[in-house]
This record gives sequence, structure tokens and C-alpha cells, in this order.
Amino acid sequence: MMRWLPENVSSFGGDIDAILSLIYSATLAWFFLTLGAILLFLFLYRRREGRGATYIRGDKLSEAVWILIPAVIVLVLDLWIDFRGADAWAKVKGRVPSSDLRVEVTGKQFNWEIRYPGPDGKLGTADDLQLDNELHVPVNQVVRVTLKSKDVIHSFFLPNLRLKQDILPGREVEAWFQATKPGRYEMPCSELCGFGHSGMKGWLHVHPADEYQQWVRERWPSSRQGEGSKGS
Amino acid sequence: MAESAVAAGAGEVVHVHPEELGFWRTYVFSTDHKMIGKQYLFLGLFMAVVGGLLAYAIRWQLAFPDTEVPGWGFVGPEDYNALVTMHGTTMVFFVAMPILLGAFGNFLIPLMIGARDMAFPRLNRLSFWTLLGGSLVLLSSFFVPGGAASAGWTGYAPLSARPIYTGVNWGLNLWLLAHAIEFASFLMGGVNFLTTVMIMRAPGMTFFRLPILIWQLLTAAVVFLLSVGPLIAGAIMLLMDRIAGTSFFVPEGGGDPLLWQHLFWFFGHPEVYVVLLPAVGLAAEALPVFCRKPLFGYRWIIYSTLTTAILSFIVWAHHMFVSGMDPRLAMPFSFTTILISVPFAIMVFAMIATLWGGSIRFTTPMLFAVGFLSMFIVGGLTGIFNGSAPANIHVHATYFVVGHFHYTLLSGVLFGGLAGIYFWFPKMFGRMLNETLGKIHFWLTLITFNATFFPMHLLGLGGMMRRIANPMQYEFLQPLQPLNVFITVSAIGLLLAQLPFLINLVWSLAAGRPAEANPWEAATLEWSAPSPPPHGNWGEAIPVVYRGPYEYSPPEVAQDWLPQDRALAARPG
Ligand SMILES: [Cu+2]
Ligand SMILES: [Cu+2]
Repeated sequence: MMRWLPENVSSFGGDIDAILSLIYSATLAWFFLTLGAILLFLFLYRRREGRGATYIRGDKLSEAVWILIPAVIVLVLDLWIDFRGADAWAKVKGRVPSSDLRVEVTGKQFNWEIRYPGPDGKLGTADDLQLDNELHVPVNQVVRVTLKSKDVIHSFFLPNLRLKQDILPGREVEAWFQATKPGRYEMPCSELCGFGHSGMKGWLHVHPADEYQQWVRERWPSSRQGEGSKGS
Repeated sequence: MAESAVAAGAGEVVHVHPEELGFWRTYVFSTDHKMIGKQYLFLGLFMAVVGGLLAYAIRWQLAFPDTEVPGWGFVGPEDYNALVTMHGTTMVFFVAMPILLGAFGNFLIPLMIGARDMAFPRLNRLSFWTLLGGSLVLLSSFFVPGGAASAGWTGYAPLSARPIYTGVNWGLNLWLLAHAIEFASFLMGGVNFLTTVMIMRAPGMTFFRLPILIWQLLTAAVVFLLSVGPLIAGAIMLLMDRIAGTSFFVPEGGGDPLLWQHLFWFFGHPEVYVVLLPAVGLAAEALPVFCRKPLFGYRWIIYSTLTTAILSFIVWAHHMFVSGMDPRLAMPFSFTTILISVPFAIMVFAMIATLWGGSIRFTTPMLFAVGFLSMFIVGGLTGIFNGSAPANIHVHATYFVVGHFHYTLLSGVLFGGLAGIYFWFPKMFGRMLNETLGKIHFWLTLITFNATFFPMHLLGLGGMMRRIANPMQYEFLQPLQPLNVFITVSAIGLLLAQLPFLINLVWSLAAGRPAEANPWEAATLEWSAPSPPPHGNWGEAIPVVYRGPYEYSPPEVAQDWLPQDRALAARPG
């Protein structure tokens, strides 16, 4: 089942996949135990001549332990999943690590507008660059993404990075990621946002360090330093 | 002896109506809970056909995007959004609730507790007509200019709050109106359920002698009453945003889109249990009868049901982990959500333990009850993925969620509901359904149900989003397309698998073998009335209850069941 996941290329994707596979193991075990018990009992206790049913009500604690003890095991597994999950959640969504690399992604019906701060590292200045549906980042660096919307709720989804974050109009939502493998990854909108929702997508381009420098030089030829957002 | 109106349940001398009632008094103004229950059933079944046809168009478009849907026509992206919205709304509010609550609640509550009718028979009649009105409003929204609502069944604002965002104007207003009418109908129904069980129980029918289905219906009614208020307020606010220019949910005017989500899910999650608990109850009624064994852990199931009901009010934000709400809220809600697995596990284990040591008869209702139990286990287990906040980041708003809720909700209606229909059909209509057709129906349904919904989990893990009209627009989804085709073929199979049932229903209604009063040799009170029960349910005297509902194979009698109303040296409890 886990092999259906898209290839993970983010620093925190492994933590999420570990939770998914922990839950998968636990639920698969329960699936076989419970369905196995059902099928076994259906077979063993099918109606047969000369054999009646056992009269047992299961209300007394001494009988009910047969259902209460498995329920306690369920509880223990739940807590395990919660505690492991809390760490993963804290890592992905809890705190946004600091980074010089910032971009602003604005959802609108039905495109992603990506704003790069340019050499001064500040958004809202003259050297900003805006591209539609194209997000360029260097590999192995923390990228901070400020998410905005011009109209309705969109959701910023990077399946390969295990990142999903809804964008609320009227607010700024902060997200981050660190891509670990160069490549081109699809970046769909995952919240119904109108008739053009299907097909609203962009591409995340993860560049090796030198290729990224190259890209920055091409975009901001005047900048001698050449490192897009490291200028400040 | 003069009877006061309040005491009209127990001990009253019934006026039997031997004379033929006219059409109006039989179908339109009848306040007989059995007639009203059947009308809920047929309304729900009709709306299920509508919702099923919508599903057919949805699935065709997903498997063969932008090709003409045979017998339907071309589905554009706006149409597609309307299809998914209306499919969800129809199935949850106009199929699941009318069948599981409306039909079984109205038909069975008086019969199972030993009452001659509901506490408020006229209110009951009104609640049905109200629901029919709501259904007509919903159906009419397909035909207004701009088309039907297309903001998803969850109607997230601001998409739903301003007509410019969807291009849908009156379609969405009517959609909101249909909800309001539906809520009014089930509020009346819920009050009636509660009052009836509180004051109309037969002599000796204590709370811990009530069949488990009554507990589940009662809990569902209370959960609905307590949760729907905020959404009614929210729906009015949303309607004002749309037609009066207010900005409750629109940020430009100072409103907050997240508020809608909180109001919606504060109702929306408990609503899941409003539908699910009666389904659990239906299966739990059939199991002991066909195992010839008491329901294992009756009291523990009741305690678990009540625990679930309480927990259901503090889990709603698990739908909002990645919504942009404060991320510190996620883990507390994740914790409460996953905790719900404990009471549900107890119910499931109790039903499995009921099988142990039984003498199992594989009748059609039994097959559907076990089918429900099995499918419900899958739905519960996949819920853990959604409920865990970090796992939810990946699976949220994907087909994993779609697969999950069809394993819970649709298994409730399809397997739980059909277990109920096959089980009580003889009581409802006085005729038996055909067992062979029933078994064909069960096996076809079981196979196609799993072939349809299980692969959706795989699509979701692969990242396929809900509510996209064309997966082929995405490179990362193109390799998954064969799975979409497989699901569509299976879904069409699932729809066709219901034909044996419809044939069985129509044929048995007209020419089925006449049913005796207690064809399954069951112990609960409804089987002590004739099939079908007359107006007033029992003849001269209301049955008196001596014991709990599941006395099967008790050691003190030779026969393997002891009806609730048979006088005998009383057992404790
Ligand atoms: Cu979008
Ligand atoms: Cu929920």
C-alpha cells in the first residue's frame, strides 16, 4: 500500500510517511484479526443439527473482558499514534524554520502567482519578480512560502513533498519545505475553488545549487552577487 | 373508564378500523407511524436513484474525461462541480437520513417499545411532508438558470458566499433552502423520537430492556438536535451573504471564511454518527436473531454509544488540520478523534463476540448485517489515517477520504439499511422477500462495493485530489488512470447490482409469500404484532414486557427464544 505514495523529496516527508506506515501496520493487523475472527466464527458456528447456541450475555465484567481488553489495546495503539504523530506535526506545521529564501504564492481563480523577492530579499520592492505557476527553488535549502489568496480558498499541494496547506483569503498563511532532490514536481490546487479548479496547477522546479545560481543570474542580470534572495 | 389523551399509549382500548379508508386518509393525511415510515423509505429509495445516477455521471467523467456520458450527455467542469455537490447532499441528507432515521425510526420505535403510535402523530405527518418539500426544492435547483449548487457538499465560503465565484445564483440559494427545510423536518422527527421513547414505553419496558436500535436512534436524535443549531445559524448567515450583501464569511467585508468551516463541521462530524449509529443498531438487531444468542455486551454497547455521542462534539476540527487554523489546535483534536476508535472498537468487538458460540443462520438480513460489520471495520480503520494530523496532511482532500467515508456512510446505508429492509420487510408489508434474489443482491453488492471504494484509498495515497473533473490534466495522476477506469466499471456494476433488489421489492410487494407474525422467531416486541400490524399495532391489549430484548437460547425454556412479552418466572434484568 505504501508504494502508492508519490516519491518523497522533502526533508519532512519521511516523518509523514513513517506515521502513515505506522498506522498502516496497526490497522492492517486489526483488519486481519477482526475479519479473521468474523470468518472463523461464521464457519465454526454455522447452524448444525443437534447443536444449539451458547447462552452468554456478556454484560458481566468477567465476560466483557473479552471485548474490553482488546479495546484497551486499541487505546494503547491510539496513544502511540498520537505521540509519534505529535512530533511529526510539530516538525512540519508547528514552527517554521528561519530562512533567507522566501517566496510568496498567491492563489487566484485559477492560477498560482509566484512572487520572488529578488536580490534585496524583500517582497514588495522594485526588484520583485512574478511568474505564473512556476516555483524555482534550490535543492537542500529551507524555503519559506507565504500563502495568500485573491478570491476563494485554494490549497497549496505538493504531493512529492507531503506538503498541503489551505490558503485563506484575507489572511497570510506561512508554510515551508526543504526539497532534497532536484527535479520538476507538480503543484496542484487541492481545494475546490470554482469551475477551473480541475487543472489549476503549477510546477515546482528544484534546481541543483549551480543551476539555481544560473537561473537567478538570468532573471536578475543586474545583480552582481547573483544569489537571488541572499542579498540582504 | 375514561382515558385521558396523555395516557393514550398503554392500556387503551383500540378502535380498529375495519372500513376502507379513502386515498387521502390512507396516504396523505394518515398519522399512522407505519405509513409515514414507509413513505420515508420510498422517498429515500427514490432519492437514492437520483444520487446514484449523479454518481454514474461523475464516475464516467473521471474514467473517460470529456467524453459524452452515455444516456446523460457531455459533462463540463461547472456541471461536474454541481454533480459532486448534489451527489453528496442528496445521499447524506435525502437518502441516508430518511431511510435510516425516518423510515426505521418511525416504523420501529412504537412497535419496539410497545406503543400504539408516536407521541405526536400529526407532527410526524408534518415532518414527512416537510421533507418531501425539501426534496422537491433540492431537485428543482437542477433546473434554475445557472444550474445547481457547485461549491461542494460542504459549501465552503467564500466560494459559496458570492455568486460571482461559482456562477451559480439561485441554484445555491435553493440548495441552502433545501437544507433548512430538511433540518426543520428532522428536528420535528427528533423531538418526536425522544418524547415517544420517554413516555410511551409499554409496561415493564425499562430503559435497559430497550432494543439496542432504540438506543441508537435516540442517541442519533439527541446528537442531531444538539449539533444542528450552529449550522442553521450558519446557513442563514451564508444566505444573507449571498442575497443581502452581508459579509459574515467574506474577508473583504471583515468576515471570516474559517467561521463557516467551524459551524459546518461542528454539525458535520456529529452528523456522521447521526447516520452511522442507527446503521449499527440495525445490524445489531439482526445479529442475535440469526445467531440465536443474546447480543454480547448489550450494556457495554450502550455505554459506548453514549461515549461516542459525547466525543462527537469535540472532534470537528479534524476536518480542518490544514485549513489555516492555529496549528497548535491540531493535536488536541487529533487526540479526541482517534480516541473515538475505542467506543467503536467495543461495539465492533461486541458484535463479533455475538457470533462466537452461536447457531448461525445465513439469511439475507444476516448476510447484510455481517457485511455492514466488516465494511464498517474497514471504514473505522481508514479513519485513523484521516484523524492523525500529520498523516492527514497527505491524505486530506484526496480520494483516500472519499474511500473512507463511503466505507462508513455508504456501508451504513447499503449494508446496514438493507439488513434492516430485508429483516423488517415482512413486518412492514406482510410479505416475505425472495431469499435467492436477496443473496444474489448481497454477493454482487459486496464484491462491487469493495471493487469501487477500496481502490480509492490507493488513488488518494497517490495524491489524487477530490473534486477534480479530469485527472488526466495532471502528469502525476496519469499513471493512476487505469485505476479510475476500474473504479468506474465497478461503480456501474454496483449500481446494476441493485436491480435484483428493486425487482425483488416490486415483485414481493405484489406477490411475495405472505409472512406470519414472527417469521424469524425473534424476541422483540414488534414481532408480537400481526404482519403487517393494524392501526394501533396490537389488538385489545398492549403487550407487557418481562425481560430484555435478546433472550435467545435461554437455559430455562425448550424453545430457543423467549419473547419480551411472554409471562414466565421473570429473570433478573
Ligand atoms: Cu484553486
Ligand atoms: Cu469528522
